[in-house]
Amino acid sequence: MAGPVLEMRSIVKTFPGVKALSDVTLTVQQGEVHAICGENGAGKSTLMKVLSGVHPHGTYEGDILFEGDVCAFKDIRASEQQGIVIIHQELALVPYLSIAENIFLGNEHATRGFINWNDTLRHAAELLRRVGLDEHPETRVADIGVGKQQLVEIAKALSKKVKLLILDEPTAALNDEDSGKLLDLILDLKTQGITSIIISHKLNEIRRVADSVTIIRDGRSIETLDVSSEETTEDRIISGMVGRDLENRFPERTPHQPEEGVAPALEIRNWTVHHPIDQQRKVVDDVSIQVRRGEIVGIAGLMGAGRTELAMSVFGRTYGRHTGGTVLKDGKEIRTRTVPEAVAHGIAYVTEDRKHYGLNLIDNINRNISLSALDKVAKRGVVDEHDERQVSEGYRRSMNIKAPTVFEPVGKLSGGNQQKVVLSKWIFAGPDVLILDEPTRGIDVGAKYEIYTVIDRLAAEGKAVVFISSELPELLGMCDRIYTMAAGRLTGEFSRSEASQESLMRQMTKDKEVTR
Amino acid sequence: MSTDVTAKAPAPTPPGKGGSGAGGGLLQLVLDGMRRNMRQYGMLIALGLIVVLFAVWTEGDLLLPRNVSNLVLQNSYILILAIGMMLVIIAGHIDLSVGSLTAFVGSIAAVFMVNNDIAWPLAVVLCLAIGAAAGAAQGFFIAYLGIPSFIVTLAGMLVFRGATEIFLEGQTLGPFPEGLQKVANGFLPEVGPETNYHNLTLLLGLALIAFVVLQEVRDRKRQKEFALEVPPANLFVLKLVALSAAVLVVTLLLASYKGAPIVLLILGALVVGFGYVMRNAVIGRHIYAIGGNLPAAKLSGVKDKKVTFLVFLNMGMLAALAGLVFAARFNAASPKAGLNFELEAIAASFIGGASMSGGVGTVLGAIIGGLVLGVLNNGMNLVGIGTDYQQVIKGLVLLAAVGFDVWNKRRVGS
Repeated sequence: MAGPVLEMRSIVKTFPGVKALSDVTLTVQQGEVHAICGENGAGKSTLMKVLSGVHPHGTYEGDILFEGDVCAFKDIRASEQQGIVIIHQELALVPYLSIAENIFLGNEHATRGFINWNDTLRHAAELLRRVGLDEHPETRVADIGVGKQQLVEIAKALSKKVKLLILDEPTAALNDEDSGKLLDLILDLKTQGITSIIISHKLNEIRRVADSVTIIRDGRSIETLDVSSEETTEDRIISGMVGRDLENRFPERTPHQPEEGVAPALEIRNWTVHHPIDQQRKVVDDVSIQVRRGEIVGIAGLMGAGRTELAMSVFGRTYGRHTGGTVLKDGKEIRTRTVPEAVAHGIAYVTEDRKHYGLNLIDNINRNISLSALDKVAKRGVVDEHDERQVSEGYRRSMNIKAPTVFEPVGKLSGGNQQKVVLSKWIFAGPDVLILDEPTRGIDVGAKYEIYTVIDRLAAEGKAVVFISSELPELLGMCDRIYTMAAGRLTGEFSRSEASQESLMRQMTKDKEVTR
Repeated sequence: MSTDVTAKAPAPTPPGKGGSGAGGGLLQLVLDGMRRNMRQYGMLIALGLIVVLFAVWTEGDLLLPRNVSNLVLQNSYILILAIGMMLVIIAGHIDLSVGSLTAFVGSIAAVFMVNNDIAWPLAVVLCLAIGAAAGAAQGFFIAYLGIPSFIVTLAGMLVFRGATEIFLEGQTLGPFPEGLQKVANGFLPEVGPETNYHNLTLLLGLALIAFVVLQEVRDRKRQKEFALEVPPANLFVLKLVALSAAVLVVTLLLASYKGAPIVLLILGALVVGFGYVMRNAVIGRHIYAIGGNLPAAKLSGVKDKKVTFLVFLNMGMLAALAGLVFAARFNAASPKAGLNFELEAIAASFIGGASMSGGVGTVLGAIIGGLVLGVLNNGMNLVGIGTDYQQVIKGLVLLAAVGFDVWNKRRVGS
């Protein structure tokens, strides 16, 4: 190691009323991959915003030393000129511009204000080769997947002569395959002398790519661990993040005993759905699953396996064009052609994308919780605000939603608390069957445990739960039974005792290769 | 009867008890409350300042009873449109056709009543139905065919303006039956003994105060019963006093002239009715939900298409009402009626706190925004500022109001 490339000393950052960072010290060595770990709201993103000049010099206390010099960035441009580039969680690409245009956006190859296309395209192609992206530079960004878009972001960073690359949860929206490619790329860049800081929730990723990890909790840097050391286990990192030993990551669960002769709460038979635009493509292909009361059934699959598409097409045909199959509730065939019909039959779908499909972010907790079942607190079309507020206050307490009042806009809550609001909303609707799509995505370890407890409680109350997740340990820890899907087809079914990460993964990747 | 009620009303919360709290804390509480609702209070304060400014500038002429009465009549049709427009904007849409639709319905009304001698109450009902149908037609294209509202109503704006000219053959058509004129221009009838004031208006004002106070007290009691947090007693009393005083001042002003204009009562009913619907009715919530996050609302089982359709149907009906009031007030239907009304109504909504992206706003906000424009118009007319400068000033006020909103949001957000 050639000594530290970056030192952040005793950084303090206060917002009106909140101390986001109270004392963070971070030292990143030249040429390493340094992970930053911490619960949501711990201050990771704020720290990176301080580093990259989003929060300009003077709005925080403490010193930043980059390559030995004290830095005073007044904006992002200033930090980028020094070679510090941040790639945010929400990608900052313009969908209707080409890859090349995006790479050089704000940094165009131009003479006297006119773009030199030859230079642009040639240079872009070169950068794309470097990040291993096999796309033409003139392809529109909207036409490539999220994984490839992430690579475009990195190519963009490289075009700025990056020395220190900061990635804020780069794999949050990627499937395992794309995640793997991205992590390989980070390691590859490391050999080219580029130092990276990676913010991640995924401990296995950290173990795979990082040399050291700094843990941040409640706005303080707690410790920096050497990842190669034997003592740095996942549990060790988790206990640092939450500040307690995490004995069990999942609540104690008594496996469900299937009752004989009782029809399943929800049964889907031979369900087939075509892509909404590309009508030839089967997104869900002849899938049959069932879930009983009191049972938690997992659906495992890589991105594009058709899990969300299956759930959404069953829930009021909100995805794609349905071409075959039936839904049975308690043994009787039901119609779920619209969302109100599905809700009326006691089905609830908790979306994987709570910000876009789950919540009205500008409205408050109270009104978000009541929205899907307003009739329950209304008489003759008029909402009883007192009843409504009692209901939402009840959920705020029972779900432990951390907010001063139920009149707090949900947009201001952390991911975990937002997820609790979405869950409250659907529990309030009183369903018999809950389809939970990635219910713990993007939320911290502590909140995850709380969500697991809620799911467990729902099953204990006799509700049927369908649990869609990309995190295999979570499925293995929570489910009574697990289905695997690949490329729109059902590829396996495992009981709790049969399932292991390896066996699931084998089925999840199986069909994909056959169809290729 | 109403005096009886007012005497009782303050009893549940004696002011002595409420005021005995921390003296210095009260101001703090008021300021806190304002900060939380910066937008609404901000515009209310701005309205107050504009009123004071012009009251001083015109040496009190602005607040002459006669002028206040006039102000209400002058702005009634814009305020009616602003209510509907606020709903449209909350739902995440826009309606550019209301000015033309106002003129269109006015022309139909004239054809019905002037050319064909249809009895005016029947004609009014028919006109409202036609307005609703026109709104529904646009709503159908927007909600069920998914054509952007900007395009559909831009088309509507041209179509209805053209249709107006076709109907009227470029002429002005009038006069309207006396009955309708009385509704649009008239005042409440006088009852009882001769006082210096208009008795019925006074009684109505007092009844309104009593109703508001009772309602607030009952609300507070229920909140306490449910063990929910309530604002402290002194703040509550202050709010009641301020509300009552405001109503009382307007009542006295109107009562010392010819009494309350009938149009004001119609407007009041609309504000209360739509305010209640937007706040408490299931459909009101659904309007906020589809404007705030359409995909989330859909997945929550909100019938978004139906709600959008109804919002435009309602807008059409309110535009018809505005058209009737406007035509009857000027006693003629003109092809140039309602010119730029849509822009005034849209400006009123945005000044009153609506957001371009939808999901935000209140009916009361639309009224406050409409009054800001109305008082500006009226005040500038009184001091003799020409319409050229008036437009410039109104434009700048719109920019400033929304600019303040954006700045305020950023301040709170960061």
